[in-house]
Amino acid sequence: MSKIKVSNVPFTGTPAQEQKLREALAELKEIPGGLMPALQKAQEIYGYLPIEVQKIVADVMDVSLEEVFGVVTFYAQFSLNPKGRYKIGVCLGTACYVKGSGDIFEAFKQQLGIDAGQCTEDGKFSLDATRCIGCCGLAPVLTVNEDVYGKLTTDDVAGIIAKYH
Amino acid sequence: MVNLKINNIPVEVEEGATILEAARKAGVRIPTLCYLKDINAIGACRMCVVEVKGARSLCAACVYPVNEGMEVFTSTPKVLESRRTTLELILSDHNKSCLSCVRSGNCELQSLCNEYGVDQSRFTGATNNEPKDESTCYLVRDNTKCILCRRCVAACRNQQVAVIGPNARGFDTHIGCAFEMNLSDVPCVACGQCIVSCPTGALKEKEEIPAVEAALADPNKVVVVAPAPAVRAALGEEFGLPIGTNVEGKMVTAMRRLGFDKVFDVDFGADLTIMEEGTEFIERLTHGGKLPMITSCSPGWIKYCEHYYPDMLDNLSSCKSPMQMYGAVIKTYFAEKNGLDPRNIFVVGVMPCTAKKFEKGRDDENAAGVPDVDAVLTTRELARMIKNHGIMFTELPDSEFDAPLGMSTGAGVIFGATGGVMEAALRTVVEILEKKPLKKLDFDDVRGIEGVKEASYMVAGKKVNVAVASGLSNAKKVLDAVKNGEKDYHFIEIMCCPGGCVNGGGQPIQPASVRQDIDLRAARAKALYSQDAEMPMRKSHENPAVKELYDTYLEKPGSHKAHRILHTSYVRRGK
Repeated sequence: MSKIKVSNVPFTGTPAQEQKLREALAELKEIPGGLMPALQKAQEIYGYLPIEVQKIVADVMDVSLEEVFGVVTFYAQFSLNPKGRYKIGVCLGTACYVKGSGDIFEAFKQQLGIDAGQCTEDGKFSLDATRCIGCCGLAPVLTVNEDVYGKLTTDDVAGIIAKYH
Repeated sequence: MVNLKINNIPVEVEEGATILEAARKAGVRIPTLCYLKDINAIGACRMCVVEVKGARSLCAACVYPVNEGMEVFTSTPKVLESRRTTLELILSDHNKSCLSCVRSGNCELQSLCNEYGVDQSRFTGATNNEPKDESTCYLVRDNTKCILCRRCVAACRNQQVAVIGPNARGFDTHIGCAFEMNLSDVPCVACGQCIVSCPTGALKEKEEIPAVEAALADPNKVVVVAPAPAVRAALGEEFGLPIGTNVEGKMVTAMRRLGFDKVFDVDFGADLTIMEEGTEFIERLTHGGKLPMITSCSPGWIKYCEHYYPDMLDNLSSCKSPMQMYGAVIKTYFAEKNGLDPRNIFVVGVMPCTAKKFEKGRDDENAAGVPDVDAVLTTRELARMIKNHGIMFTELPDSEFDAPLGMSTGAGVIFGATGGVMEAALRTVVEILEKKPLKKLDFDDVRGIEGVKEASYMVAGKKVNVAVASGLSNAKKVLDAVKNGEKDYHFIEIMCCPGGCVNGGGQPIQPASVRQDIDLRAARAKALYSQDAEMPMRKSHENPAVKELYDTYLEKPGSHKAHRILHTSYVRRGK
């Protein structure tokens, strides 16, 4: 048991996003078991599910905020943290892992000061572990948005981060 | 009806009954942990597993429905081994500080481990060391003792509050609040129903015993104590007496032996409440005030209203609760009469309630410029003090409350059960408006443990519609009906806890096995109604001490002075 770390990244939702969410919720609130699709829709609109969004969902769906939070933190598909402008995905598939991608992942965590699934406070970088991305020949491999980097060591981490700063 | 066999014992039960219920009827106890009658039945903990002939795997008896011809075996080696392993797995991540745990001796996990001979875990590994949540003034959550049975979660949802729930998943699952907020930062109403639902020591009240002991040891303090009506109907359970035993006399003796300078009765405060609230109701009824008027005795209900129905705050009676009235009278009237500085009086309330710990710290609850009440002990804390002082409770002689603020009527006594405040109010309001004595004092329509009760009475040529709700889910139903215009009530009694104060969050904790057989609400309420029936005075306005208080100090009910001392105000809190 350990407490869930919640994002500190300031919320930047727009009125247009909120209107879109409320329209979707108006339909879903009538459906039994509508909370899951409601949260999926909310995540589709905002990219993640911060407290501001979960409060709207709880209010419209007439369930408590804790019930919403319980569902959000149960399913891996939901994220409490926004994605950064640069989404770093480190492959922890078997081939990459045996070639040391675990260490690379740790180096990113340390240098960015965030945990897996989180986003830096400036909203720039988010860090995720990915499954095999299908280029084991380049192991260990990672992606930053659409860019692919292969045959890495922990020494390359600082350089990759610097490239996007 | 369905016929089946439990351990070869034939038994007939109603269709839809569970194996657990059928076994009970056959005289067989099946152990449970996550199950709690009427609150939680989710088949999660696997303690209640049994073998069902023909079934592939073990079945959870608490949720498995019976079938015709079913053969169930509840204590085969396979069953016992499974239960033992379950306990070992629970213990592998449990803070086993049983020696000093507040629930030691009354812990469902501990008694099962004792029964199954499990004291060590074969399994070692990661354990949780979440810090305690001590953010509120009324409750402590220690998740290192939590077994994730979710009984507290179900109790909280049952109350329509739902501020706690399981967060995260798998081994990381823990009971907490949304976004890991502290309990003090979410709209919890402080009812403590989670505490009385918890099988272990993961939840308890925030103790105030040290503050009370310090006051008792301070020669400069006059320490005054008074119990709520419902306390006398349950305190005996802590000393092995049958549920529903009224221990008023022994309780008074015990309090005196603990060293309290004066032992008064919140029943007096209840009588006083009726005078003020009754007057307020008559005023609203006859002069077009805000109706329906809703009672304000239950601090959990008040906090709920402030969080969830802030638009109905004007419907609340402005009366302080009986406990706060008692405290306010002690620090004004009693202090003046005895030449005491209110700052040197330490007022203690013994309550069946955890929300009272919150109430005493509210704004506008300080008639003499100092808090009306200084400390609130739950019924359980009083029992702990009595045990700690070596007082042999069951052997104590009976004694009576001190005069004059220990004087009360049957109307005050029944405040502890759902419908009691309404009945007490009706006894007084009807007599005042009809200007003649009532023929029958029992208002049976508002008695009993149903969640919502309704009645209409012709009072002085006017039809008065009343409703009584206990438990916040029932309160919600009544409030929504009023808001939608479906119901036209004049007077509503709402108690936060199901069944009223007798079933409050500060009352002795009975294990699920007892609650399967005995409805605590009804058994404890019976003790209060019996006492009322036997009392010489049963109407609040006949209480001579109350009369004297008005004649010599407060002038009359609803006077300016009475308002200053006995009434309060509310705040919009929002969700």
